[in-house]
Amino acid sequence: MDYILNMLGPLWQGATVTLKLFFITLVLSLPLGLILALLRISRFRAVSTSVNGYIWLMRGTPLMLQMLFIYFALPFVPVIGVKLPDFPAAIVAFALNYAAYFAEIFRAGIQSISKGQYESAKALGFTYAQTMRRVIMPQMIKRILPPMSNETITLVKDTSLIYVLALNDLLRAARNIVQRDFTTTPFLVAAAFYLIMTLVLTWGFQRLEKRYAVYDD
Amino acid sequence: MPFTTIKPMIDARDVYKHFGGLEVLRGVSLSISKGEVIAIIGPSGSGKSTFLRCLNHLETIDRGHIEIEGELLVETDEHGKSHYVADAEIRRICRKMGMVFQQFNLFPHMTVIQNIIEAPMIVKGIPRQEILPRAEVLLEKVGLTAKRNNYPSQLSGGQKQRVAIARALAMEPDIMLFDEPTSALDPELTGEVLRTIHALAEEHMTMLVVTHEMAFAREVANKVCFMDQGEIVESGEAKAFFASPNHERTKIFLKNML
Ligand SMILES: Nc1ncnc2c1ncn2[C@@H]1O[C@H](COP(=O)(O)OP(=O)(O)O)[C@@H](O)[C@H]1O
Ligand SMILES: [Mg+2]
Repeated sequence: MDYILNMLGPLWQGATVTLKLFFITLVLSLPLGLILALLRISRFRAVSTSVNGYIWLMRGTPLMLQMLFIYFALPFVPVIGVKLPDFPAAIVAFALNYAAYFAEIFRAGIQSISKGQYESAKALGFTYAQTMRRVIMPQMIKRILPPMSNETITLVKDTSLIYVLALNDLLRAARNIVQRDFTTTPFLVAAAFYLIMTLVLTWGFQRLEKRYAVYDD
Repeated sequence: MPFTTIKPMIDARDVYKHFGGLEVLRGVSLSISKGEVIAIIGPSGSGKSTFLRCLNHLETIDRGHIEIEGELLVETDEHGKSHYVADAEIRRICRKMGMVFQQFNLFPHMTVIQNIIEAPMIVKGIPRQEILPRAEVLLEKVGLTAKRNNYPSQLSGGQKQRVAIARALAMEPDIMLFDEPTSALDPELTGEVLRTIHALAEEHMTMLVVTHEMAFAREVANKVCFMDQGEIVESGEAKAFFASPNHERTKIFLKNML
């Protein structure tokens, strides 16, 4: 028992890195994804085409490759090249990658709202911005909750990818103890932690879905 | 006031509109005076909705001239190119008109009362406590006070349409545009909506009503316009129009409606 309590210290250290990556990624990629979605449905072709290209690039290549690129290769790219420390490099890669996935979820949600909603809002005098904020977005949120729940649960597990940058996240902390003490218990503790996070998210999304269930479309 | 010319509420002249290769409006002109009720009738696909939607800028016109209460919305130069006024002006002018759609288009995520107060609050910036009592009066008027806190999905079609009417009225428009307000309703529910519109006519609301309800058109409208293939074929004082239509196309249409 003492042994397990002892290993919880370093594991918790790792978990905070995981949690930090998870939350910072969400905070950055959700608004960025929304902006991308709005640009993607813009009537300016050049804008929507470039956003489309960006989404294709980010969804079409592995997140791990993107992370390695930003950490190792970006410093050598002319003009935009910067050398980022490991954790910020991971954050940038995760935010850019997840923004692309969220953008597609937002876009599908926005485009599922009927034209009649835009028209009645416009006929009442709403500007485009007011229509989006008051009429379209609130309805979109209800519809995107299931895919959003999926995507954030995927993010929980994707955080473990940062081990390639030698960051001490939960999984690496577990592996260190496993290698040092020749026991697999840390893996089980780590698994329990991921499961608890997923459980909390599932519960949170279920509550949101219940709240939005007060109306039907 | 013999020397002041009274401007029509809507003055549309020679409006043209096409979708792809299809000429949907081919020189439609219509003017409506204050307190007048005009019914637009005609077969499906004749351009009735498109015309209504051009008036409040849900569609843009190719050519023509539209004035709302004497204010220019769009005009056409000698080269046949249309020019709209600035966007903010368009919004301000079009706010003089309220619109009711065939498919209601209520905001499903808002309760009945929220549907009604939303636009006055957001668009006009009226404080909630100021608009609420007015919204309650409107609800009373359309007979839905009991449904105040229900969501649209909990209402019948006729109730939805009455909320849509109250929602449009909350913006205090000078003109109401109705696009087949009863066409999506079960027959037994059309009466309650038509009565609501009838009551508005008795308060001298200026209204343009696209409808297939001939009895309603005859009874409530001052004037009837018959549209076919993008043109107003014939128009006239309501009772006379139905009693003795002049045009062959009108006669055939009216015969088929009965
Ligand atoms: N947005 C649109 N794009 C293409 N065609 C349209 C559009 N809206 C209407 N039309 C066409 O224009 C014609 C007139 O339509 P509409 O004004 O809705 O007629 P009505 O209301 O008299 O039934 C129809 O042939 C219809 O298919
Ligand atoms: Mg129509």
